[in-house]
Amino acid sequence: MLENFSFRTIVEYLPLFGQGLITTVWLSALSFVGALVVGIVLCAMNLQRGWLFRVPAKAYIDAVRATPLLAQLYFLYFGLPRLGFVLPELVVGILALSLNSGAYIAEIIRAGILSIPRGQVEASVASGMTYVHRMRLVVLPQAFKVTIPPLLGQAIVLVKDSALLSLISVSELTRAGQLLASDRFMPAEGFLTIAAFYLLLYYGLKGLAGVSSRWLGTAGART
Amino acid sequence: MIWQQLQSLAGSCPLALRGLGMTVVLSLISLVLGTLLGFGLGILRTGGNQLISGVIDAWVDLIRGTPFLVQIFLIFFILPEFGIELDAFTAGIIALTNLAACFICEIVAAGIRSVPTGQVEAALASGLSRWQRMRQVVLPQAMRIVLPPLVGQYVLLIKDSSVVSAIGLTDLTRVGWLVVQRVPNGLLVFFLVGVGYFIVCYPLIMLARRLERRMGAAHGEVQL
Repeated sequence: MLENFSFRTIVEYLPLFGQGLITTVWLSALSFVGALVVGIVLCAMNLQRGWLFRVPAKAYIDAVRATPLLAQLYFLYFGLPRLGFVLPELVVGILALSLNSGAYIAEIIRAGILSIPRGQVEASVASGMTYVHRMRLVVLPQAFKVTIPPLLGQAIVLVKDSALLSLISVSELTRAGQLLASDRFMPAEGFLTIAAFYLLLYYGLKGLAGVSSRWLGTAGART
Repeated sequence: MIWQQLQSLAGSCPLALRGLGMTVVLSLISLVLGTLLGFGLGILRTGGNQLISGVIDAWVDLIRGTPFLVQIFLIFFILPEFGIELDAFTAGIIALTNLAACFICEIVAAGIRSVPTGQVEAALASGLSRWQRMRQVVLPQAMRIVLPPLVGQYVLLIKDSSVVSAIGLTDLTRVGWLVVQRVPNGLLVFFLVGVGYFIVCYPLIMLARRLERRMGAAHGEVQL
């Protein structure tokens, strides 16, 4: 039973948890930006008509989606030094999260762009718009609305996935819980506390997703 | 040097097969249990009882809101404090089943809600019992919406089973981790690990895509 549950130890370790939380937040944010870049590039490649860009992009997306993030993380962690890149764990972690989430984001953006009715594109072609104008003025503004809610969903997944970085000893939130669990032999205190912190992040992002879908008026459009 | 490594890798073949077997067994058991539990919870959640659906909602949110790694640690390290001694395998099964059940519950609930109320009313008017209504009218129609994301969820489950290696189960990922200590070629070792997962997951991804096209359900709850 948990009759020895020690709130005092949790308070004592609070600075460590706080640091872990901050690390988790900024490394997730950074990875999300990286993932957006990877996703946009992949999606642009995937939407090309020629096979030269489309096939590699599709292969990459499938490979990422059919293998676990942990295996990808170890692939980079143990593989990069062999190629001569000796990077800090934190950088490897951010890289892995960006490359992984990027594949999912590419599909989200693609679904958003493909959700634009063909008539819209045809109308803009008929109005004599160039490709860039068509994308910038007609397709992307509408696709933007559709992609924001699933992108926030992906952000939630990314924050949770970042817990795996503790396994390559990046000192983020989960690592803080592990430290308390092993230093003081108090797994309950350590892991319940970090679970609470993750829930805080989850409800924050979920609230943001709710606000954004009401703001964009896409709540009804999804059904 | 590469020859030595290849020889050494060939020597780890039985270990790799055992790891792959462990991944498949873990995923399969929790897939079956999670599906049963998930359907049960999904039906209960749409059953109209506010209290029950409130409790299920709260539990699903707790599970969706925390990393799977943290859930495994909680189950593996904290249940023993309540006098429930677990080995790593059982802890892994419990964690994976619980995760699968929560996500499948959401998928099933969404499927059931998508069945037009007229159908339920017609079933009521024909004097079907609650169970008959569910089994013969609602579920068959809900399956159209449920099936594609359900298969997608299975892919996620197989991938999530890799996290169980953190509590020392020798699954495919753990085997890679063990082998890389002896054969210092992380690229090759984890490429092969990836191939192992790909062989299991990719057919399911293809199946999910085909179902999605066939069922005409363009909006999946789950992204693979």
